[in-house]
Amino acid sequence: MDYDIAVIGAGIVGSLIARELSRYRLDICVVEKEADVAMGASKANSAIIHAGYDPEPGSMKAALNVRGNAMYDRLANELEVPFKRIGSLVLAFTEEDMFTLKTLYDRGLKNRVPMLEIVAKDRARSMEPNVSGDIIGALYAPTAGIVCPYELTLGSVENAMGNGVDLKLESPVAGIEYAGGVFTLHTPEQKISSRYVINAAGLYADAVANLIGDTSFSIRPRKGEYLLLDKTQGNLVGRTVFQTPTAMGKGVLVTPTVDGNLLLGPTAEDVESKEDISTTRPGLTGIIKGALKSCPGINLQEVISSFAGLRAVPSTGDFIIGPSKANGRFINVAGIESPGLTAAPAIAEYVKGILRDTGVGLLPKADFNPHRKAICRFHSIGDADRKKAIMRDPRYGRIVCRCEEVTEGEIVSSIKRPAGARDTDAVKRRTRAGMGRCQGGFCLPHVIRILSEELDIPMDKITKSGGNSVILGEKTK
Amino acid sequence: MMGGGSAVLNVDLTVIGGGPAGLAAALEASENGVRDVLIIERGGELGGILQQCIHNGFGLHIFKEELTGPEYAYRFIEKVIARKINYKLNTMVLDISADRVIRAVNGSDGLVEIKAGAVILAMGCRERTRGALNIPGTRPAGIFTAGAAQRFVNIEGYLPGKKAVILGSGDIGLIMARRLTLEGAEVKAVCEILPYPGGLNRNIVQCLKDYGIPLRLSTTIVEIHGRERVTGVTVARVDEKREPIGSSFEFIECDTLLLSTGLIPENELSRKAGVLIDPVTSGPVVDESMETSVKGIFACGNVVHVHDLVDYVTEESRIAGKSAARFILDGGAYGTGLIKTRAGQGIRYVVPQLIRKNRLDNDMKLSFRVTGGYKDVVIAVKSGDRTITSVKKPKVSPGEMESVKIGKIHGDSFKDCDLITVQLENG
Amino acid sequence: MISKNIICTVCPLGCGIDVSLSDKNEILEIRGQGCKRGLSYAQAECLAPARVLTTTVKVEGGGSRLVPVKSDGPLPKDLLLDCMEVIDNVSVKAPVKIGDIVFRNILDTGINIVATKSLN
Repeated sequence: MDYDIAVIGAGIVGSLIARELSRYRLDICVVEKEADVAMGASKANSAIIHAGYDPEPGSMKAALNVRGNAMYDRLANELEVPFKRIGSLVLAFTEEDMFTLKTLYDRGLKNRVPMLEIVAKDRARSMEPNVSGDIIGALYAPTAGIVCPYELTLGSVENAMGNGVDLKLESPVAGIEYAGGVFTLHTPEQKISSRYVINAAGLYADAVANLIGDTSFSIRPRKGEYLLLDKTQGNLVGRTVFQTPTAMGKGVLVTPTVDGNLLLGPTAEDVESKEDISTTRPGLTGIIKGALKSCPGINLQEVISSFAGLRAVPSTGDFIIGPSKANGRFINVAGIESPGLTAAPAIAEYVKGILRDTGVGLLPKADFNPHRKAICRFHSIGDADRKKAIMRDPRYGRIVCRCEEVTEGEIVSSIKRPAGARDTDAVKRRTRAGMGRCQGGFCLPHVIRILSEELDIPMDKITKSGGNSVILGEKTK
Repeated sequence: MMGGGSAVLNVDLTVIGGGPAGLAAALEASENGVRDVLIIERGGELGGILQQCIHNGFGLHIFKEELTGPEYAYRFIEKVIARKINYKLNTMVLDISADRVIRAVNGSDGLVEIKAGAVILAMGCRERTRGALNIPGTRPAGIFTAGAAQRFVNIEGYLPGKKAVILGSGDIGLIMARRLTLEGAEVKAVCEILPYPGGLNRNIVQCLKDYGIPLRLSTTIVEIHGRERVTGVTVARVDEKREPIGSSFEFIECDTLLLSTGLIPENELSRKAGVLIDPVTSGPVVDESMETSVKGIFACGNVVHVHDLVDYVTEESRIAGKSAARFILDGGAYGTGLIKTRAGQGIRYVVPQLIRKNRLDNDMKLSFRVTGGYKDVVIAVKSGDRTITSVKKPKVSPGEMESVKIGKIHGDSFKDCDLITVQLENG
Repeated sequence: MISKNIICTVCPLGCGIDVSLSDKNEILEIRGQGCKRGLSYAQAECLAPARVLTTTVKVEGGGSRLVPVKSDGPLPKDLLLDCMEVIDNVSVKAPVKIGDIVFRNILDTGINIVATKSLN
């Protein structure tokens, strides 16, 4: 079939664009190279919805950051994704830092960030008793928030699919032809035809743009490493705690996550390879040093995991969103580094506007449903709902992941839903099974068995994250 | 009762965990007069971790025989069934309160609320993970804790991979080195960060030496490689501060990494009940009766402190079972005359942390672990400067739990003391 | 003359025992043992090292894929991997009772492989 719109990349940006466009009578597909959605930066970031005082006034980043921030309550509500507007503090330890705070404050005013204020040491420490006693002040932004970025991506994709969007996974685009008003995308399994293309390919957006002869920008990978701590540390701080930013980025933050863990990081290191998501010793020690400066009481015995993500840094210094000079029907949405997650809903809105201006007719669907029902989580519901769930399906009474209280029913559901899980990491991201303190030690055999049963695939073919990441070796007999 | 219902049960004794600790405790309570016992087990069968420990070496003390894990478990399971002790399988305890109300769930009963006369915590422990170890590198498939790999090999019947490196020379790592080799995988090395191995000599011989598997002491893993699946690890020798020595970095090709770097008592439920936890053992503070800081809640086995021999788990759990029975049948009068125990020089921790003087009818065991490997030492139990008792030991190491008996024969020594210290002295 | 160094595993002391053997594998001298048991252990280890084998066997029918088994006596150490190959091709029909012989007289050693768990 000929699509009207093909979105390349099922990260948060591509997914929200697809969902936004699914309001209209258009044939849309999302083309993703990995085995699941949210496999790039969308699953390895700080998960912060920034208030918006960081970006340069007048930049796309600034406008889309603030607009996106304001859209989160409604979006999270419609997609049933956890979001908490907890507020943030930027700490100042020196007079120089205080000057930086003033600069951020002024910038924030210009960017129209609501309710910003510079608070004195005592007020900051009464808000956050576990913050260092060495601070001399802080910038308080009540509109900052935290979200689960891969849950949001998944929710957007599920909602988009519910409204008619096709999802094609494991479909890297190797070539693009354009003839007679139609693009042909070449993927290993098939050719996809579409009248318009949205290039939301993250780290590889430059490579994808090159496929139509657009060499106007390049994307450089900048690594950020993180440490995740057990929920016992989750209320060390109630808000996201930043230090003053540098040229490389916003610096190491200390933040609760929506699920109640404590997240430390990121570092900022330019790396060679777009595939290098390894953590490093200097990186992990750097995070610890930075985090302890903000909150000296962090109990590092409670680290349960570490990971790294790669920011897509644009050569132009700002988001690259607009029709390509090489082809006006090819819309680049590239270089979406921080504040990309915050800006994403506003980016989707903006891209819709671009398409309309390019001549795409946007006729609203009568039956568009903005609501997506999330997987029913045993952990989060009350006894009455638990009883109902078990009555409907006894698998909701069988707890598979003890640490996060995840039942077999939820795991099965995560596999059977649209854009369902096909590997253990996908199950993990959808249900949290394996994200607790034992990191899958108890539940992994059960998750593999359930995947094997539901997908009718032998256990020794189940992977961690698609491709060759097979978990088990041969049968012993 | 079909799913979706909610049962409220009154049970005299609820035992959380149907592994060796829970089984022994439940049996002992039953044999001491408690008629209404319920074991709650999250797995599909009783026996706990023993069911995947198919190797032998269990029972030398308790049964004077050398049994495999499943055989040892069966000795208790058999009796549990014969005595008609109730148990629920595939059932997870969600919550427990200080007044001993337990909330649990399974697929057939739905949500269950149990009001227990007494509770015995026997949840065992979990393994230390790669994340907690902060090993840098990639996050490919092929990284397992040794116990998880053991489950795959012995229960599901799958090797974790073809070529393995094992980090940690504790017994689980050593046992798995042999198991993998017997099943046709290649174990390239066992790396141990300390300058001495963690497991029993018997396992060094029968698991490593027998198969020519190199044991690399003072060595740790500094990086994991491989994008989708492990392709290798970088190992390094460490200095006296256990810091990697840069010039010693060496790449070992493998597709599997097994981690055997320590066990952590699983006390999430204990914390929910408000039980006081000892920060050194990570388990509940217990007294000589294995009672925790919460009246009527007892604890035993690996949830209290990590054991090396299941025989000692059984011994300790029988104490808990007997005490719980006494609590239920005699109304739980508290013991009087509190003595605290303390880990002195050379000792990492002592269990029990409290002793009640009037309960010292018989000999009791003080269990402890030392902080390092020492030869020709004396273990002294002291009250101030007075030595209550002492034992000579030709060799002690952190990997082997030690114990010393104290009892009524030392009675007078206890009259005025409120603090006992266990310490190492030169022989 | 061959020299072997053995760690005794009879007790936690783990004495290092040095054994000198002739070219015909006769024991010439044993030194370093802490006790009589260590002496016997060293002798056995040099002349006829043997180990109990524990592993799993395929099960046909029933609920579990595997049943844990052990050799009902120590097997010659150098035969263990060959025994494993034999056992690889063995399967037993459910139900199995703990103690059941699943394979008799493995590799002519007189030792049987027995189930260590009952399965339905």
